[in-house]
Amino acid sequence: MSRKPVKVKADPETTGHVWDGIQEFNNPLPRWWLWALYLTIIWGIGYVIAYPAWPLISGATPGLLGYSTRANVAKEIQRFEDANAPVEAKLVAADLPAIATDPELANFAKNAGGAVFRTRCAPCHGAGGAGARGYPNLLDNDWLWGGTMEDIHQTVSHGIRNTTDPDARYSQMPAFGEFLEPEEIDAVVNYVLAISGQDHDAGLAEAGAVVFADNCAACHGEDGTGDREQGAPNLTDAIWLYGGDPATLTETVTKARFGVMPAWAGRLSESDIRAVTAYVHGQGGGE
Amino acid sequence: MWNYFKLALLAVIAVAAAIAANYARDLAYLVNALTIMLAAAALFLWVLRRTDEPVRAEPMHEYNDGVIRAGVIATALWGVVGFLVGVTIAFQLAYPALNLSDLTHGYMNFGKLRPLHTSAVIFAFGGNALIATSFYVVQRTSAARLWGGNLAWFVFWGYQLVIVLAATGYILGATQSKEYAEPEWLTDWWLTVVWVAYLVVFLGTIVKRKEPHIYVANWFYLSFIVTIAMLHLINNISIPVSLFGSKSVQLFSGVQDAMTQWWYGHNAVGFFLTAGFLGMMYYFVPKQAERPIYSYKLSIIHFWALIFLYIWAGPHHLHYTALPDWAATLGMVFSVILWMPSWGGMINGLMTVSGAWDKLRTDPILRMMVVSIGFYGMSTFEGPMMSIRAVNSLSHYTDWTIGHVHSGALGWNGMITFGALYYLVPKLWNRERLYSLSLVSWHFWLATIGIVLYASSMWVSGIMEGLMWREVDSQGFLVNAFADTVAAKHPMNVVRALGGVLFLAGACIMAFNLWATVARQAGPAPRSAAVPAE
Repeated sequence: MSRKPVKVKADPETTGHVWDGIQEFNNPLPRWWLWALYLTIIWGIGYVIAYPAWPLISGATPGLLGYSTRANVAKEIQRFEDANAPVEAKLVAADLPAIATDPELANFAKNAGGAVFRTRCAPCHGAGGAGARGYPNLLDNDWLWGGTMEDIHQTVSHGIRNTTDPDARYSQMPAFGEFLEPEEIDAVVNYVLAISGQDHDAGLAEAGAVVFADNCAACHGEDGTGDREQGAPNLTDAIWLYGGDPATLTETVTKARFGVMPAWAGRLSESDIRAVTAYVHGQGGGE
Repeated sequence: MWNYFKLALLAVIAVAAAIAANYARDLAYLVNALTIMLAAAALFLWVLRRTDEPVRAEPMHEYNDGVIRAGVIATALWGVVGFLVGVTIAFQLAYPALNLSDLTHGYMNFGKLRPLHTSAVIFAFGGNALIATSFYVVQRTSAARLWGGNLAWFVFWGYQLVIVLAATGYILGATQSKEYAEPEWLTDWWLTVVWVAYLVVFLGTIVKRKEPHIYVANWFYLSFIVTIAMLHLINNISIPVSLFGSKSVQLFSGVQDAMTQWWYGHNAVGFFLTAGFLGMMYYFVPKQAERPIYSYKLSIIHFWALIFLYIWAGPHHLHYTALPDWAATLGMVFSVILWMPSWGGMINGLMTVSGAWDKLRTDPILRMMVVSIGFYGMSTFEGPMMSIRAVNSLSHYTDWTIGHVHSGALGWNGMITFGALYYLVPKLWNRERLYSLSLVSWHFWLATIGIVLYASSMWVSGIMEGLMWREVDSQGFLVNAFADTVAAKHPMNVVRALGGVLFLAGACIMAFNLWATVARQAGPAPRSAAVPAE
């Protein structure tokens, strides 16, 4: 590892200090470095004169340009609000079903409602509106509480089973584990499997029909097709909110479900609620 | 006599910790108290066995290298652990199922592991590297043995205890929720004790130095130790809810708390990861290149400019928040002016190698150091740029910030530390050379490619994220849902995680190489191993 020191032409002077063999050249500051430092300092002085910078006893120097992040944001929001005000007024005044047929309103509602949906609704219903377990798919034509413009408007405004809005849609499925024997639950689950066209035990399903008629039909209907007045799902199709397999059905019957949606009236403007109503309605399943 | 006092003190600590564990109000505190009890009890036994035995005189004419050897081992070990946790959470971000919530009941969730990763790499890996190299450098450049005898060992073991207390605390739920200052009051108090001991050892050694001047590396190390003490004390002012619980309440609230936190947070970067590691650079680069430092003048000017300016730059973390515009402006202006003072260190480092550029062909360790300085220059340009309000409105809260931090942390801090470790191990264990230079080359390329994958994927991801968040249509409505941006980032998250795997693989190769240097090579013929401290 003995390496001869590399010959460099004209090594500059060192400072004469030596620490553990380390020396220091006495090179001057690089010119470009020094000038760049000076330039940033000069720029900095200019910047703090132009922009709010120096704290005073109350407040701070406002800067020659009168710059303010808050004022800028407020101005930008105001610009859009002013531009959108006429069409928003028209949207609030319109008949709900008429929104879809007016091109100006329909286009505005699609954009505004889409933005509301992606911000407020997407966390539960998904960015595309396809839902998730416990959160309904809003793209199909299977509706728990109805899929007309009025129905959706009501649901968005007041929500479902929340404690904050007295007009919230409300219904409650009992936890049948408290009333029914496990054999009866097993039977009614097989009946539901039967009417939804899935594999089932025919004998149990026959017994389950009686249990269903006595306990479930009041809400889900004699034929199990549900009741939108009570938000009772249709049990004869292949669409399930929590799952249609025997284990999940058993859990649902035993413990019941209680899906909640917040009320948006008061948190969103009427224009935004109408816009998102039209947006959801236009996603494919609107009635 | 002194030993009897120590025994009494340790017994009191062990019993007090046992009592505290008995009354513990939460699991994190309980485990912390038991850890302290065990540590005190173990130390009690150690002292007991030495009491009334003949005392071996401290070899004052030799450097104290034992504590540095321990520090080198700890650095390599914590490095691998910290990188492994980093790779884990990178994969968790790409594939959320890897949180394994059902299996681990949430104890291994991203939210718990993330501070574990940052603390492990910054404070466990970086901190041990800084303590070990500062002890090495201050002895060599002062021509004096570490002052304070076993106090240096107290610093080493005390610091490991801080790491264990903090890490177990995070997993069990003790956190102040302050980035890079997560440990709760109990750990903070203990770190204060350890840090003051560190300062005393370092200063004591400088005071009794035999060289007329203080070497530039020591200015940087000292500024790092002093400033971290100040930052730590002020950012962690809090009142414990109970002496028997880990929770405490911060003295500051709202935007004052945010400002204090980012004054701390930015200077943790400035003084821990920049000033401290510049100290490392100023010793190991001229040593490895066997060339004098390029410019003494530049080191003075950029040192004072750097430490004066850095301390004001924190508010650039709080653009467009509740922080008043004037404070954000000042933070931004100081950050931009900081550009050249930061680059002073890069110039001094790179120009020191000039005249020895041919060694880059043959010496992968020097190559590592040069790349490290390159990444330092890159991230200290990127930082001031990102502090500009308009740029920040795009970059803030996005992956760009993560990429910026990692090009600095992996590139600059990681590579310079690896270089220092490769330099130190043969010297500290008296081996003629490293076990394998070609393994160093492997490490170099794996780490470099890993960093490039990491930084470039995060640039793409961050800028895309920022653009998607701000995209509005002609009527002012947001175009993208947050979940859309998460979905769009997936490929970049995968690339980032793979970059991390390469970096981790390099570190594992290094750990093997360092181990083999000591274990698979014969030591020298027995002679007085240590270098005389003149």
